[in-house]
Amino acid sequence: MAAISHIDPKEALAVKARVEQLSFYYGDAQALNRVSLDLAERRITALIGASGCGKSTFLRCFNRLHDLYPESRYEGQILLKPDDINIISKAVDPLEVRLRIGMVFQKPNPFPKTIFENVAYGLKVRGVRDRHFIEERVEGALRQASLWAETRDRLQDSAMTLSGGQQQRLCIARALAPQPELLLLDEPTSALDPIATANIEELLSELKEQVTILIVTHNMQQAARVSDFTAFMHLGELVEFGDTDTVFTTPRQKKTEDYITGRYG
Amino acid sequence: MARLRARSRRGPAQSHNPMPEAAISEALARRKRRDGWFALAGLLIMLAAVLTLVLLLAQLLVDGLPRLSLEFFVEFPSRFPQRAGIYSAWIGTLLVMLVTAFVAVPLGVAAGLYLEEYARRNWLTDLIEINVSNLAGVPSIIYGLLALGLFVNRFSLGQSIAAAGLTLALLIIPVVIVATREAIRAVPRNMREAAYAMGTTQWQMVAHHVLPYSTGSILTGIIIGLSRAIGETAPVITIGALTFIAFLPEAPIGGEFPYINFNWLDAPFTLLPIQIFNWLSRPQTEFHANAAAAALVLIALTLCMNATAIYLRYRYRRRVQW
Repeated sequence: MAAISHIDPKEALAVKARVEQLSFYYGDAQALNRVSLDLAERRITALIGASGCGKSTFLRCFNRLHDLYPESRYEGQILLKPDDINIISKAVDPLEVRLRIGMVFQKPNPFPKTIFENVAYGLKVRGVRDRHFIEERVEGALRQASLWAETRDRLQDSAMTLSGGQQQRLCIARALAPQPELLLLDEPTSALDPIATANIEELLSELKEQVTILIVTHNMQQAARVSDFTAFMHLGELVEFGDTDTVFTTPRQKKTEDYITGRYG
Repeated sequence: MARLRARSRRGPAQSHNPMPEAAISEALARRKRRDGWFALAGLLIMLAAVLTLVLLLAQLLVDGLPRLSLEFFVEFPSRFPQRAGIYSAWIGTLLVMLVTAFVAVPLGVAAGLYLEEYARRNWLTDLIEINVSNLAGVPSIIYGLLALGLFVNRFSLGQSIAAAGLTLALLIIPVVIVATREAIRAVPRNMREAAYAMGTTQWQMVAHHVLPYSTGSILTGIIIGLSRAIGETAPVITIGALTFIAFLPEAPIGGEFPYINFNWLDAPFTLLPIQIFNWLSRPQTEFHANAAAAALVLIALTLCMNATAIYLRYRYRRRVQW
């Protein structure tokens, strides 16, 4: 792998997570092959690549969602800073990992509960009882997800009454309420219309002031618009990683160039 | 059909227009006629089924309706058909169903939950799964025999309401398990992933998501199970339901401390189906009218329970949409 996968120290960015030689297997099928890269703190890192290249698999390693299904196997490590715990090690409880890392899915999946309950859910899971604190965090998270204005008067309505784009922002608020260290987004706009997509992209640019973001996207323009760093994956391997401008204007690898110029994928 | 095939086989000479327009519309008309025939046949068969039911119900109404009165519900059985009622029968049915529900619901739901959410998939759970489905199909008299040996004799419960309730509970536990599992399986995977991604434990997953989202379907399954149990006759005859009871068990809720007692569990019992069976086997035709009236009550009960099930399913489906 010729890709230089670590962030240039000249930029003096803090690293939030360091992935080293990560391989992943579904049973006998290898889905990721020795991927190494760094996630810069308070920056957006985008994962691009054709369908089936392993980008979602990679993302889901970060909160151990693969552990829900039998016969999944990790190799290598993902070190979460600052305490350098290897979040894919068997010794680490997946629950602890999921409490530190938030995730937003491709299809908006709010719980069939009220808007308030959805956003407060992460606190409920953690056993937070303080009503005042919960209300504060719910408002904070809804504001962060720029959904407060639309929902402040209907917090007790079912989340299912929201539009698709609002539901996805609600899911972002739900992930943000417990103040995660890292936010994972798995093609968060692929089920949304262009206006809702634009809202979410704008939102992500604001959010990166506060949280490190890793986003998988099908849409190359989206990666170019919102991300600071881009990783291009192909058949389970990391082909190229660098700051977004460089990857899109002067890719080092032929495969990357072919992909971003639309020759395949 | 044969003609059509022959024409299409005639070959490339006509390939630019394989079927003249007249032939197309003729073939279409023929296909539509077939469609019509099938619809008609289906309609007739369905009518036959519905008519049978309607006739049955009508016959019962004609025979039984004149006997339905308030007294019928509050009179004990009697040698005189005009004075006989179903007081002990419907009270017995109610109390036995209470025991059945109290036993079958927690056990069945917990078992279904465990099998679906917690148990690992291996040959043992496969075996249990197959057997649970088999149990749902075992003839009910077998349950009666089992209960006679187990509850009535071994546990010395005697021919009591408790024994009958437990017997019918055994009978419907497989139904409740199967319904619970199906309801749980209907909770979509993306909802589970959403919850797990929030860091829920398995129990939080079950308590906050799985159970609330599947309550409607589970309740439906429970009611369907109970409405099966309410009409069962064979197993309760086996364990010794009485056919003539002229007193009520002690009331579960009394006027003095501690207000609740469980003596009624030990009382002998009769049930609506038993009462019907008993009246039908009498030679006097007046008793047959009583049987028809009691059957109407039983049918009304079953229909009410099924209606409740349908309503619950409708209400919860509307609330929980994916």
